[in-house]
Amino acid sequence: MSSVIAPLPENAEAPVAPARWTRSALLLIGLGIMVGVMIVASLLSLRFGSLEISSQQARDAVFSYDDAVYEQVIVRELRVPRTLIALAVGGSLGIAGTVMQGVTRNPLAGPSILGVSAGASFGVTLAIYVLGVSTPSQFVWFAFPGAALAAIVVFGVASSGRGGATPVRLALAGVVVSALLASWTSALLLLSEETMDLVRFWSVGSVAGRPLDVLWGVLPLMLPAAIACLFLGQQLNVLSMGEESARGLGMNTTRVRLVASALVVVLTGSAVSVAGPIGFVGLATPHIARSLVGSDYRWVLPYSFLLGSILLVLADTAGRVAARPSEIQVGVVMAFIGAPFLIALARRRSVAN
Amino acid sequence: MRTSHVSQRFDLRVIGLIIVAAAVLVGLMLWSVTLGSVQLSLREVYEASLGRGDDRTLLVVQSLRWPRTLTAVTLGIALACSGTLFQGIARNPLVSPDIIGINAGATMVAVTWLVLFSTTDGLPIATFVGALLSAALIYGLSWRGGVSPNRLILVGIGVSAMTAAVTAYMMVVFPIERTRPAIVWTMGSIYGSNWHDVRLATIFILVVLPVAVMLMHPLRSMLLGDLVTRSLGVPLERTRLTIILLGCALASIAVAIAGPIGFIALMVPHMARMIAGPASGSVLIFTGLLGGIVLLLSDVLSQHFLPVTLPVGVVTSAVGAPYFLYLLYRSNRQA
Repeated sequence: MSSVIAPLPENAEAPVAPARWTRSALLLIGLGIMVGVMIVASLLSLRFGSLEISSQQARDAVFSYDDAVYEQVIVRELRVPRTLIALAVGGSLGIAGTVMQGVTRNPLAGPSILGVSAGASFGVTLAIYVLGVSTPSQFVWFAFPGAALAAIVVFGVASSGRGGATPVRLALAGVVVSALLASWTSALLLLSEETMDLVRFWSVGSVAGRPLDVLWGVLPLMLPAAIACLFLGQQLNVLSMGEESARGLGMNTTRVRLVASALVVVLTGSAVSVAGPIGFVGLATPHIARSLVGSDYRWVLPYSFLLGSILLVLADTAGRVAARPSEIQVGVVMAFIGAPFLIALARRRSVAN
Repeated sequence: MRTSHVSQRFDLRVIGLIIVAAAVLVGLMLWSVTLGSVQLSLREVYEASLGRGDDRTLLVVQSLRWPRTLTAVTLGIALACSGTLFQGIARNPLVSPDIIGINAGATMVAVTWLVLFSTTDGLPIATFVGALLSAALIYGLSWRGGVSPNRLILVGIGVSAMTAAVTAYMMVVFPIERTRPAIVWTMGSIYGSNWHDVRLATIFILVVLPVAVMLMHPLRSMLLGDLVTRSLGVPLERTRLTIILLGCALASIAVAIAGPIGFIALMVPHMARMIAGPASGSVLIFTGLLGGIVLLLSDVLSQHFLPVTLPVGVVTSAVGAPYFLYLLYRSNRQA
């Protein structure tokens, strides 16, 4: 691929430049549209749910809140938190997935590949088994350390020795540590039926029943990491040309990879802590974003953030509406919305390139 | 001249490794049959295997221990070879039947079966059909005048995600009394395996493995890209389809008999590569033997050396992961 060297930009600049400007403008407009879609999706999430609520009540709940009205309390106390949480979690997973696929140059690398999800699951399972905690807002404080520890071990193993943490080593170490943690989790589950009972609800992935405090708890980590990721576009573009080319251009690939992966761990760790392991967002969103805007990471990154948010909010809303008066967890719905999309994309053209 | 010399020396090394692995495996098998609540000597095992000895020993050795040991070995071989085939075809070291979606489909069918009917009767057949159906679905959805490996992976992830979501939903909507057996099944176990399982797995391996060994040469040339493969005169689509079918057959039989046992299909091919070198016909055989060793060792450990009895699938990663991490660490040192 890299054997064909493009002509020098000086010769090509005059005819290409206008086209590039139009393209940038189009992509910028597209970004605006995505923000619009995100807002609409959030409004839908406030308006629709397991309980039928009129548009008037939903509007009042936001603008002229009256806590004596049952419907308004539902919107304010249940739907607003879960919508915000879904936005934050979806966006984080989306952008983390893109960064991870860029860093490892592997279309299979979701954000969970660094062992983060398995670590979080083990942390939660251990906390339930040993300490008897039982609510999602308590789970957060055990999920995050579990995720971080797992990621540190993965990095330690992958970067030991002179070779440094190459993409394949990083991925393999992540998969192995995940497998190990999953087996410990299974062992704990077998020891106690109560633990199994609680964990199955956590591990399906859901944004229901979490108070906003949970989100405020992780946001100081999540937000800076997400913003920092947005500035990685140029680095990921260079990395995508291959290890040698990137080094040849003077990039310290090891450092870029380390920083990027650390950001992924923070993002995924906080997302998983809040919502449980929702695997599919981080894996599929980058592919969808790339099919929309091409391979330039400076654009793929913001798009994948917005796409992740939109997907998760819509999936959560759909799960509430589809199974009235009960609900289907967002982790389940996500797969059913995202998977056909991914399959259609895969069939349409060579996305993975 | 130089090339042939190198490859010959390389082959001799691999053949040596195969002999060592086979010896270790046979030793492990004999040892595993002596272990249990009734500790037997090697001589007793030998006699009982030939049909001599008291009734109780005969029963224990012939109908309980040998089937379980042989199931572990055959499934280990099947899983490891299946993983090698898929990783080769996809040109991606992270691929395994778990990711391609076969296990997820089979698991969905099995969990639904267990939760709804609460019986293990007919479960292996249902699971096997589930595995084949998901394989056919994935291949069908990836087909567009040919199957590109990347498309296969992405479609596999999609199908996998959907079937896994159904599984997760089943686990949540039913009460824990019903879902518990299903959750335990998803951990992968060879408890209660019988001669029927062994026969089935052996037949699959005997049919699949020779063909797979012969196909390893074209598979290696596929690693160089579609264009090179075609120019070398390899019938690309036909070879690819055959290899996928073989990998599916091995993965399906394993998941039908034991449930989704993780780690082996994904990791043993890497371990074999780190020990014996890049995939070839002889390395495939070594990979299979290594898979048998890892699974049997895990089963022995889970049965006899742990304070609680765990399904073998739980122990597999616990046994394999540290060794794998060591190999990874060592390969880093050398690099």
